[in-house]
Amino acid sequence: MTRVYISRDMASVALGSDALAEAFERAGCTVVRTGSRGLFAIEPLVEVETAEGRIGYGPAGPEDVAAILAGSHPSRLGPIEALPFFARQQRFTFARCGIVDPLDLAACDWRGLRAARAMAPQAVIDAVKASGLRGRGGAGFPTAIKWQTVCDARADEKFIVCNADEGDSGTFADRMLMEGDPFCLIEGMAIAGQAVGADHGYIYIRSEYPFAVETMRRAIALAEPAIAPFTLEVRVGAGAYVCGEETALLDSIEGKRGQVRAKPPLPAIQGLFGKPTVINNVLSLAAIPFILSEGAEAYAAVGFGRSRGTMPVQIAGNVKHGGLFEVGFGITLGELVNEIGGGTATGRPVRAVQVGGPLGAYMPPSMFHLPFDYEAFAAAGGLIGHAGITVFDDSVDMAKMARFAMAFCAVESCGKCTPCRIGSTRGVETIDRIIAGGRGGEAVEAMPQMRNAKAQGRSVEQEIGLLRDLCDTMKYGSLCALGGFTPYPVLSALDHFPEDFGGASALTEAAE
Amino acid sequence: MTLSARRVKSAGMSIETEETTGALIARLAAARRGQRGALLPLLHDIQHELGRVDREAVAAVAAELNLSRAEVHGVVSFYHDFRDRPAGRHLVQYCRAESCQSRGGAAIEAALAERLAVAMGETRGDGQVTLEPVYCLGLCAIGPNALVDGAPVARIDGEAAIERIAATVAA
Repeated sequence: MTRVYISRDMASVALGSDALAEAFERAGCTVVRTGSRGLFAIEPLVEVETAEGRIGYGPAGPEDVAAILAGSHPSRLGPIEALPFFARQQRFTFARCGIVDPLDLAACDWRGLRAARAMAPQAVIDAVKASGLRGRGGAGFPTAIKWQTVCDARADEKFIVCNADEGDSGTFADRMLMEGDPFCLIEGMAIAGQAVGADHGYIYIRSEYPFAVETMRRAIALAEPAIAPFTLEVRVGAGAYVCGEETALLDSIEGKRGQVRAKPPLPAIQGLFGKPTVINNVLSLAAIPFILSEGAEAYAAVGFGRSRGTMPVQIAGNVKHGGLFEVGFGITLGELVNEIGGGTATGRPVRAVQVGGPLGAYMPPSMFHLPFDYEAFAAAGGLIGHAGITVFDDSVDMAKMARFAMAFCAVESCGKCTPCRIGSTRGVETIDRIIAGGRGGEAVEAMPQMRNAKAQGRSVEQEIGLLRDLCDTMKYGSLCALGGFTPYPVLSALDHFPEDFGGASALTEAAE
Repeated sequence: MTLSARRVKSAGMSIETEETTGALIARLAAARRGQRGALLPLLHDIQHELGRVDREAVAAVAAELNLSRAEVHGVVSFYHDFRDRPAGRHLVQYCRAESCQSRGGAAIEAALAERLAVAMGETRGDGQVTLEPVYCLGLCAIGPNALVDGAPVARIDGEAAIERIAATVAA
């Protein structure tokens, strides 16, 4: 009986992989449902097992089954690994994703966990330190330092929390990993538990990822004996973006409003339920098994500057070859967008890319020389964030995108600090006035008792000055990255695309 | 107290019975007893069973978990997922985030809302469909995307795709 491999990743299912799998089953094939390989332009993808290995066909539909099984279908891609999109990758974290049945326990050897359990906890932390692994959630904070702090803290109970509240648009690596290789994340969390002395872990997954929730829950049940005495539990979010902020996430698990906590105390000292807590992103924890099984040197051998190892980059938006591309740091933004991504899907010129989700800067093609590296991006006024790249063509209106950034912040603000809660709404209003060409004086300001109010309105330049001032307040005055980083997309749009903000225009007639 | 018709399995047979909201919540809360931070999972359970978390449910949850109604209301109203009235028979959650916007999401949203005859964030007058915004489903290279009754739909890029959604929600 012919064996075929078809993804059941949420993206693949959205493109029709369920119908394809049913068709192959009807044709008498053994269908193995895997995670996604990560290149959506060739999905729905089917790989047929042959004497020469797995041969891919895609995109494929139910009507193509006979021709594919005969080996004569024109969408024949050959071995998937040999496609340029995959041949250039360094798959450390996503090594098994797209290849194995995510719930096949036999496909996971737990080598990393076994290695960790044969070592002293401090040796595990030292290995993570030597790997140079930095938090993949966005901040790039060295993972081993968090672990060391929790390890050194004295408490009757400690926790490992996985931040799987991947709310940034343009990112889907967490989702793909949880759906495609959940045991990798489970193993990473069990290793973290061993290193710091924690017995229980939580994976906080956003409710927008129902497939990931289901797969993780089933995988945890299957992995229970392998990771014992460490135990794990999935918690599901409820549509609040801000819960991706680590302290808001902790409050949410505790059953409270997902509001940001002031730091200190650090979660590593007083985290979940007041206990020392390691809180790491999915990709940070999923990088751990490789580091323990292959060695810290093997991980640190790739990378750029102080950014060591690989980054699962997500190429998204208006792009021809969108998908997941895991590669060592140092590749340039231009290579990712133009060579690997193949430019825009619409075929129009790329005008801007947003790197790092809704809080990341918009960058014009003149910045495509930047190497993918935490420091290089920070120096250029941007951030890598969770390494999502959203591509826009020349039809994009950057003033609208800047407005959206402020509006999103207003919708999602937890309300705890004023710059974010009020500033975002004032930001939307200010950008609206910029788009409208400034504002005239209002009747209320002309009243005699409004002695200190300016009665003559504001020009676009003055409104832009106000907006910059507001961004400055939000950036330095907000409690967390939501209010603090919303200025990145706004200011980068203003700086790199001033022509979309009306440029220099005279005072409105009403002002006189 | 509202009565909600519920199917309860008893002694191996399936019988139709009536359970009050209060009794339902007491049963759901009992299943979560001992779980730390049980409020959010319990609210998910309630919304799953009743399709909403309304004032009556808030009061019952507060009583069960020994919290004040204000505390429970604060949590319920904080999270976008919880609704105080049921959604329509079909639920379309349409992504509004940047990646979908970069692929023409705003224009498609307007066309979809017009075709379904319902404004974004609203339930149609006949209760057939609710259209809601979501911010990112993690399908960012194949947008614009939506969840239609929980099933992911990608590449909503024109009339044909909108018609398929319209057909689903017409059922």
